[in-house]
Amino acid sequence: MRLVVDLNRCQGYAQCAFLAPDVFAMHGDESLLYNPEAEEDRREDMARAVAACPVQAITVEANSLDGNPGTDREIGR
Amino acid sequence: MSADGSLDRLKREGRIVVVGASLAGLRAAETLREEGFAGSLTMIGDEPYEPYDRPPLSKQVLLGRATADRTGLPRHRAIDAQWRLGVPATGLDMAARRVRLADGDEVEYDRLLIATGVRARPWPQEDEAELDGVFVLRTRDDADALERSLAQGPRRVLVIGAGFTGSEIASACRERGIAVTVAERADAPLVGALGGVVGEVAAELHRKHGVDLRCGVMVTRLEGDSAGHVRAAHFSDGNTIQADVVVVSLGAQRNTEWLAGSGLGAGPRGIACDAGCRAFDIRGIVTDDIYVAGDVARSPHPLFGYQFLSLEHWGNAVAQAETAAHNMLSDSADRRPHIWVPAFWSSQFGVNIKSVGVPSMGTEILIAQGSRSEHRFTGVYGYQGRVIGAVTFDQTKWLQFYQQLIETTAPFPPAFPTVDRRPEGQQPMPADFPDPSVPTHGPTVTLSGYAPDDRRLTFTPARH
Ligand SMILES: Cc1cc2nc3c(=O)[nH]c(=O)nc-3n(C[C@H](O)[C@H](O)[C@H](O)COP(=O)(O)OP(=O)(O)OC[C@H]3O[C@@H](n4cnc5c(N)ncnc54)[C@H](O)[C@@H]3O)c2cc1C
Ligand code: SF4
Repeated sequence: MRLVVDLNRCQGYAQCAFLAPDVFAMHGDESLLYNPEAEEDRREDMARAVAACPVQAITVEANSLDGNPGTDREIGR
Repeated sequence: MSADGSLDRLKREGRIVVVGASLAGLRAAETLREEGFAGSLTMIGDEPYEPYDRPPLSKQVLLGRATADRTGLPRHRAIDAQWRLGVPATGLDMAARRVRLADGDEVEYDRLLIATGVRARPWPQEDEAELDGVFVLRTRDDADALERSLAQGPRRVLVIGAGFTGSEIASACRERGIAVTVAERADAPLVGALGGVVGEVAAELHRKHGVDLRCGVMVTRLEGDSAGHVRAAHFSDGNTIQADVVVVSLGAQRNTEWLAGSGLGAGPRGIACDAGCRAFDIRGIVTDDIYVAGDVARSPHPLFGYQFLSLEHWGNAVAQAETAAHNMLSDSADRRPHIWVPAFWSSQFGVNIKSVGVPSMGTEILIAQGSRSEHRFTGVYGYQGRVIGAVTFDQTKWLQFYQQLIETTAPFPPAFPTVDRRPEGQQPMPADFPDPSVPTHGPTVTLSGYAPDDRRLTFTPARH
């Protein structure tokens, strides 16, 4: 499952790192580092992190299970 | 809805082509579908990969915490596009509304979005650039190759250019315990973007983390061994250093060559467009069917006297793409201007650096909060008596406040006291930017408007 954090918005509140420490980690006092592709079984934790972020900086891939329509089907004309 | 129903038709059965299948291209495509575009959508990209995110390439990826093939951008929604990946667009026929591709195909459009971005400026000496162990960093492939060579434990890495990307690369090397030399032509890192006062702090960060930082020098020559692998670099001050990895980080060039001769207002400074993202042709007439967004665009901004502004900023690519897509499907009265306030972040040596506005326009700086010696401060930039930009080192929470001052053209120096104001922050000082005619390294902001007294440009109509 792909994700991206808008680091212009991110204020380093570390809510996400608290909820999904294997995906998000603080690097120094304020910088956030995250794994841009988390394991699919973390979807619930990710949803929680998305909801908990006070500035709504986290975007997670929209749908997953039926194959991301943005990848396989669309790629390769 | 347009009076003659043409917009409706466009939305229902029109053809939209996006050239440049990366951040701006993808976000534009999603917005088009979001706003009800049901026609055919073609995404043309010269890279063989679907859209991915670049900022992690010089951070997570070089640190070995993510791999370059796993930075694909998440999709907000399905965009149901025809993808033409791995094929560059090579030409544009504005009259016939057609994009030419390298494989000989042509794709017709009713609306075109150009989002071809920039590429890394290569090492100018071609034979030296081709040596094994010499890298640039812009693409997924670049990051993958560089990371692999870092993982092999080079004895020393040389980074040429201490802009944001170069500094992030040096930081990642140090974190991995690799010896690194940074060569910068200016007097300090980040000087082009943030000025000398802040550059001094950046230099301290480099040195504190064990970077061998050489400022005020140029690399004059790269030297290879008999097997064609780089082994040494020669400096303008007569010094030579041994390095088995060299990363050339000298800023970016705009991907506009494919538009040469098309009649579109595209050149080395990017593609000029109006505030609604509509491209200008070379006669200065705005087109109604060609839009631009992202790093390749230059557009007029009211906060900066409507001078043309080019930004190599992630947030700008997203915002401009959304505006361009919206405007493509709108009547003139419903179009929106792209008046995003520039904002940028970087992460290096464990410090979170963020800026808003255009610090490089600033002539003065005030350390409004915190202290430079603690590497935690907020610097506010002034230009002609108003607040024009701000930068924070590990003080993100204050940035939003200064953004409001920039948006409202508040007076500089700010008249009010702030929390955590130190003795050093009582008076503004010169921001100390180098001579603007000396090139600096991105990701940066370029103002490229013409003053009325600027007579350097002569117009030579092309003869066909
Ligand atoms: C290593 C790195 C770190 C960065 N870090 C930050 C950061 O910390 N903060 C920040 O704000 N910004 C950062 N940026 C900048 C940010 O990534 C860019 O602003 C953003 O990618 C711009 O998106 P874009 O879609 O306009 O252009 P690009 O991402 O450059 O995409 C343009 C695409 O068009 C393709 N293309 C070019 N010519 C053609 C052609 N003729 N035909 C078809 N396709 C073509 C290109 O190959 C590319 O895939 C960083 C960039 C890099 C490289
Ligand atoms: S919760 Fe949001 S603001 Fe806080 S660190 Fe995570 S992304 Fe940043």
